[in-house]
Amino acid sequence: MNHPLAQLFLARLREFFREKAAIFWTYGFPLILALILGTAFRNRPIEAIKVDVVTTEATQEEAGKLVERWREKDPRLKVELHPEKEALDRLRTAKTALVVFPDPAEAAKYRTVVDENQPGSVLARAAVDTLVLREANPAAAVPTATTMADQSGGRYIDFLMPGLIGMNLMGGGLFGVGFLIVDMRVRKLLKRYLATPMRKSDFMLSIMLSRLLFTITDVAVLLAVAHLPFFGLTVHGNWVALLAFILLGGITFTGIGLLIACRARTLETASGLMNAFMLPQWLVSGVFFDSSNFPAVLQPLIQALPLTAVNNGLRAVINDGAGFGGILVPSAILLAWGGISFLLSLKLFRWL
Amino acid sequence: MSSLAVRVSALVKTYPASPPVEAVRGVDLEVTVGECFGLLGPNGAGKTTTMEILEGLLAPTGGEVEVLGRRWDRDEREIRERIGISLQETRLSDKLNVRETVTLFRSFYRTGLTPDEAIERVSLQEKAKAFVDKLSGGQRQRLAIACALVGDPEMLFLDEPTTGLDPQSRRQLWDVIRDFKARGRTVILTTHYMDEAEKLCDRVGIIDHGKVIALGTPNELILQLGGEHVLDLTVTEPAPLTADDLSRTTAVKSVRAGAGGTFTLTVTDPAQALPAVMELVRAKGAGLVGLSTRHATLEDVFVTLTGHQLRDDS
Repeated sequence: MNHPLAQLFLARLREFFREKAAIFWTYGFPLILALILGTAFRNRPIEAIKVDVVTTEATQEEAGKLVERWREKDPRLKVELHPEKEALDRLRTAKTALVVFPDPAEAAKYRTVVDENQPGSVLARAAVDTLVLREANPAAAVPTATTMADQSGGRYIDFLMPGLIGMNLMGGGLFGVGFLIVDMRVRKLLKRYLATPMRKSDFMLSIMLSRLLFTITDVAVLLAVAHLPFFGLTVHGNWVALLAFILLGGITFTGIGLLIACRARTLETASGLMNAFMLPQWLVSGVFFDSSNFPAVLQPLIQALPLTAVNNGLRAVINDGAGFGGILVPSAILLAWGGISFLLSLKLFRWL
Repeated sequence: MSSLAVRVSALVKTYPASPPVEAVRGVDLEVTVGECFGLLGPNGAGKTTTMEILEGLLAPTGGEVEVLGRRWDRDEREIRERIGISLQETRLSDKLNVRETVTLFRSFYRTGLTPDEAIERVSLQEKAKAFVDKLSGGQRQRLAIACALVGDPEMLFLDEPTTGLDPQSRRQLWDVIRDFKARGRTVILTTHYMDEAEKLCDRVGIIDHGKVIALGTPNELILQLGGEHVLDLTVTEPAPLTADDLSRTTAVKSVRAGAGGTFTLTVTDPAQALPAVMELVRAKGAGLVGLSTRHATLEDVFVTLTGHQLRDDS
């Protein structure tokens, strides 16, 4: 117990658990964020399909009947009647997805105006086409039964939870190690430690181990909450692989935190560096939406980012059922980031 | 010789800049075991830089440093085990209590006092369970020294240990330092309080512009002024008499003219000097505003040597 590593570790635990704010930001905040986002996106609502039907005074009655029939057949449709100019304006400003000009004489003859850039618009045309076709040809093939797919693994919450865990691993490692070290440097505490026979490796290890403990428990809480029936997250892959991968992610980000903090002399510098590193990754690394949405030219860069690697690995195990074999690539990327960061920070670290 | 605790020769520290900043410009020092040595000088004189080189926290640009007969580049860990350091401004962790803090520092050393012994040496027993952020400035400074003492060092380096403390806290710290010295151990401290240096230090070195400009016991340095008494004289302006006039007066060794018609005279015997000075004031028709005598202090030594005040409070 009197080993310096044990004492340094103990001191970190005491400092941490006596700081109410630190506990909130490490455990409370991510949990609240996960609860709010998770609840909001637990199931995405069935998307309404907005269609405007163009009417004139002459066609008003006919169009009204048409709309009644459509609404009855496809509950997703939100059909509104508008004069031509108004309807086209609504399409231009994306207030509606499709404009339909019905032919009062023959129901099967109609014109549509589609906006190809709106995914909803294409969907709306398909929906309207189907309706009109079926009306004209009631004998067309119809599925005998339709069941809604709602299985764990493919829902948005299943996508989101691994992303939030990845985000926590990154934030915990960077802020937890980065701010701590820069703060100790500003307070001249690093210099004071340097003035003792303390081994530098003991110091570094104590920072990393304590941070890992804080982050891993935080992630464990998140995983446990995601497992509640309310969210119903299921780990389809190997649990041991998942835990090992989370540990690797935690270590990698403490290494990057160390690197970011290794020379910064003020908290402002450190916080600027950390934000510059984290903000782009929150956006492109697939926390909230799939990173494959970004242009192909950027993909090699995006895939090489540590948060992308963490998220890909977590999703592979949690959703796709992967074991150790399925996370080799993200693990290699993380090892590279972590290893290089550690080596660089050992070389560059400034105690004074 | 092994009786030397610190030996420094031709110490130089230059910081790269344009033009380069010469913080220390050729310092030679020897401090013997069991001595309390004080480095005095104004802010920016090179005191802290010199201290940090002695403490092995800064690498010198040139010169040699030996601490307890060892050199930093070869025996860093060995020296670290045998010295204790209190830096000018360290903020220890607010959320640890006194005993936890000292215990943490104790763990860094192979041998040493128990944490409670170290706390007792600085009389913080009653605060052993108090968090650092609940301590007063003086108590924090004593805790810093407990952390320096807990490795049972042969030598203490204290950089401005009493700066910013109230008189009572300063006296408590002096007791801690005297107690350490009474055990035959060595202390090197920096200060810009002259009374502190005179009361605590066996010898002092005055540093200005990166050089040691005077070295000796406080008494020796004061005697170097040529007299141990000082006469402070103030006359109405414009003063009809000059420093030259005063310096020719009986028993006056040196004269320094200050602003606002003030003169500081170093005198061997005030009983002889006073009547002579009064005679001169009357003869010149000067209006007397103030006149006082006192013992010379290190402050006078410093001002005489450098021409400026030790503490630039302006």
